[in-house]
Amino acid sequence: MSAPDTRPAPGQDSAGETELAAYNFAYLDEQTKRMIRRAILKAIAIPGYQVPFASREMPMPYGWGTGGVQVTAAIIGPEDVLKVIDQGADDTTNAVSIRAFFQKVAAVRATTHTADATIIQTRHRIPEHTLQEGQVLVYQVPIPEPLRFLEPRETETRKMHALEEYGLMHVKLYEDIARHGRIATTYAYPVKVHGRYVMDPSPTPKFDNPKMHRSEALQLFGAGREKRIYAVPPHTDVVSLDFEDHPFEVQQFDRPCALCGATHVYLDEVVLDDRGGRMFVCSDTDYCETRQAEGHVGEMLATTATDREAAE
Amino acid sequence: MYVAVKGGEKAIANAHRLLADRRRGDRSLPGLTIAQIIAQLGLAVDRVMAEASLYDPSLAALALKQARGDMIEAIFLLRAYRTTLPRFGTSVPLETGRMQVERRVSATYKDLPGGQLLGPTFDYTHRLLDPDLLDETADVEAPARRAGETEAVMRVSDILDGEGLIEPDGEMPDDHVPGDLTREPMEFPMPRDLRLQALARGDEGFLLALGYSTQRGYGRTHPFVGEIRMGLVEVEFEVPELGLTLSLGEIRITECQMVNQFKGSAKAPPQFTRGYGLVFGQSERKAMSMSLVDRALRTSEFGEDVTAPAQDEEFVISHCDNVQATGFVEHLKLPHYVDFQAELDLVRRMRARHKPAEETTEHEEAAE
Amino acid sequence: MLSRTETFSGGFADPVFDAQTAFRMLMDCMARPGEIGEVALSLSPPAPLGIAAGAVMLTLCDHDTPVWLSPKLSQSPVPGWLAFHGGAPVTPERHDARFAFFETKAPLPALGAFALGTQEYPDRSTTLIIEVASLKDGQPLLLRGPGIRDTAGIAPGGLPADFLRQWNENGALFPRGVDVVLTAGRQLVALPRTCKITAAAVAETPASEG
Repeated sequence: MSAPDTRPAPGQDSAGETELAAYNFAYLDEQTKRMIRRAILKAIAIPGYQVPFASREMPMPYGWGTGGVQVTAAIIGPEDVLKVIDQGADDTTNAVSIRAFFQKVAAVRATTHTADATIIQTRHRIPEHTLQEGQVLVYQVPIPEPLRFLEPRETETRKMHALEEYGLMHVKLYEDIARHGRIATTYAYPVKVHGRYVMDPSPTPKFDNPKMHRSEALQLFGAGREKRIYAVPPHTDVVSLDFEDHPFEVQQFDRPCALCGATHVYLDEVVLDDRGGRMFVCSDTDYCETRQAEGHVGEMLATTATDREAAE
Repeated sequence: MYVAVKGGEKAIANAHRLLADRRRGDRSLPGLTIAQIIAQLGLAVDRVMAEASLYDPSLAALALKQARGDMIEAIFLLRAYRTTLPRFGTSVPLETGRMQVERRVSATYKDLPGGQLLGPTFDYTHRLLDPDLLDETADVEAPARRAGETEAVMRVSDILDGEGLIEPDGEMPDDHVPGDLTREPMEFPMPRDLRLQALARGDEGFLLALGYSTQRGYGRTHPFVGEIRMGLVEVEFEVPELGLTLSLGEIRITECQMVNQFKGSAKAPPQFTRGYGLVFGQSERKAMSMSLVDRALRTSEFGEDVTAPAQDEEFVISHCDNVQATGFVEHLKLPHYVDFQAELDLVRRMRARHKPAEETTEHEEAAE
Repeated sequence: MLSRTETFSGGFADPVFDAQTAFRMLMDCMARPGEIGEVALSLSPPAPLGIAAGAVMLTLCDHDTPVWLSPKLSQSPVPGWLAFHGGAPVTPERHDARFAFFETKAPLPALGAFALGTQEYPDRSTTLIIEVASLKDGQPLLLRGPGIRDTAGIAPGGLPADFLRQWNENGALFPRGVDVVLTAGRQLVALPRTCKITAAAVAETPASEG
């Protein structure tokens, strides 16, 4: 074949095109990477604006992180160190699966330590350890449109963003206050970026919203099924929507982590028995393990240790 | 740097090992061959090719085998493979008028040039389970064949077109480059070529239900099956540098031209309008459903009000893809405990605040 | 005239990894306006296209991205090089261009003649790659905006005369507007449309970045 378009894109030749199960570095072909890279640059230039992109079918299901995976695949290189978390944990099955995918197709180094990673792909959490310059946080996003549940039509929500018409969102939040005495949105809590676009921070608990504000790290968001990429550059204002008489507030936990004793972190509730017994532990597993290694001991850990000693 | 993780990796590996075992099933039985699947489960292969939008019976059969017969999983496998293929260009539009028809029926004329040809259809079979298939030792009769060459058969829509009774066939400007929603982000409203592409890849069941809904009054279009034809067509590819058109081979497709009544408007005289369906392989149900939904989606084009789900472009196109739909529906089984924790906390707080009010109500009731 | 060697050579030595390296540097620069990126790859685009500009071209341009070239670049071997290595179509229409390239001292047309995007789709705008004499030895400028903690400083030499005025007008269109990458040989600095630029007081040394 020698039609005008038949010449493989540079670098594609090594992909062994006709062979089943052959793939390029980081899985995506070079043309797809360029398309995603262009979208990422525009996303950075227009903070909080959702750039449409021609999302590809990935070898994992839509809704399981295909957007984040495509963003990571477009930026990752052999020098990178990758961390993948789901619900804050490195060992949740989908995080394991995505990390294994990149180890296979990009032979990339992986870590669980937040501070060691250059790229962190996440679902539903921002790590507790403050991110640094040079790190990129890639969010997996299911529904990128913060206005979607108020107005299902893309044609309408696009107009609302164009006109900066966000009254509907404030009405919704205020209705919450009228009905429940507080804003009843606990995760995917809408934010305004660089004073212009209202943005969905992905379904992270609102506890994490303040970490997005003027972060040192670059934050990239990929929504594969909905075909959108957006970004928050470092040092950019990210303000959670609120009202003067009902200021934004994050969840407070009335006890420290049962394993490492950390306070001011997001905790998971672990059910211990069928009689209402439960404990609260760090959702960020790396943060918790690091603290334990440093000698911090939570209530349950102390108990366990004592039990063990008693048994000996 | 190897990272040891706790349990997850092992659990996944074991789950996949068990899956492989269940896929193979009883080892004392011979494994299915790809050739058997293509030959004897051909309509399943067709559906996988159609909704994966990749015409390759062997790979579709492999996908079916790997997916243990789960159609959507097989479609997903083939789609994921399709994405990795390089793109050479766009073929010359298929000339379905030159199809070697294996089946061709029209509901609008009793007889017509080329005749009605039933072909390999389930129509008029009595749906009685056939015990002979339990133990397939008896020879199956060879099909009856008409003598002579197969000839091109004129399209029914061309008969109506000759009289000016039907709208022209989807005219596009000469310089129109066909869109491709697998390469460009979607945008609404969408031109009809992209819409048809989405429908051709769309889920058969979803389109069937939508087409059905138009018949029951949710966006009625007064449809008649002008023609359904199924058979082999040639796929050609132009190579401008060489100044020639190459034949890439033949594919089997099903085409449906639905003819719909239209009373006319201020702009257009009364005439029949078209709904179009085209799918890989033999799938009349899909082609017919697609043509009903195509016509319904042209509602605003004819100055009619959009009132029913099947007429709503953004609704239909955004939800017709079963690979997207299954992924997002099934993602709900992924852990969501972080979000749930946030909701738990909120509901507990709200209940705490709500309690006194409830108690008051109970007291009042007791007093009455 | 168009030399065959120039057309076919001088691309990325390893297209997959070189493009990744160049993109990552460009992305970091776009995320941190004022930060100067250095293209340490071995590529040799035909003159007068600079090395950093050539790297941006090969990293981002392809069949899907019409490219506008300044008159001088159009007359150079650059179109052939771009066609061979990137396959990108060259367009004479500024508003159709996804990317536009300028050599040093090329006159800067009105930014508004390029694609500025729409209010609904502000991303559908041109990115301009402008070669300047240097990024450190010229007029000191102060940058503010997303990606910058307080202020950042650059000192581009040979910036087109009315660039600052045009850039201010561009900024007023936000979210519409063009984005710019200034290149100087192997170096580049990115100026997303959100970046506010003011001339630094002459006596003042450029504030250190971020």
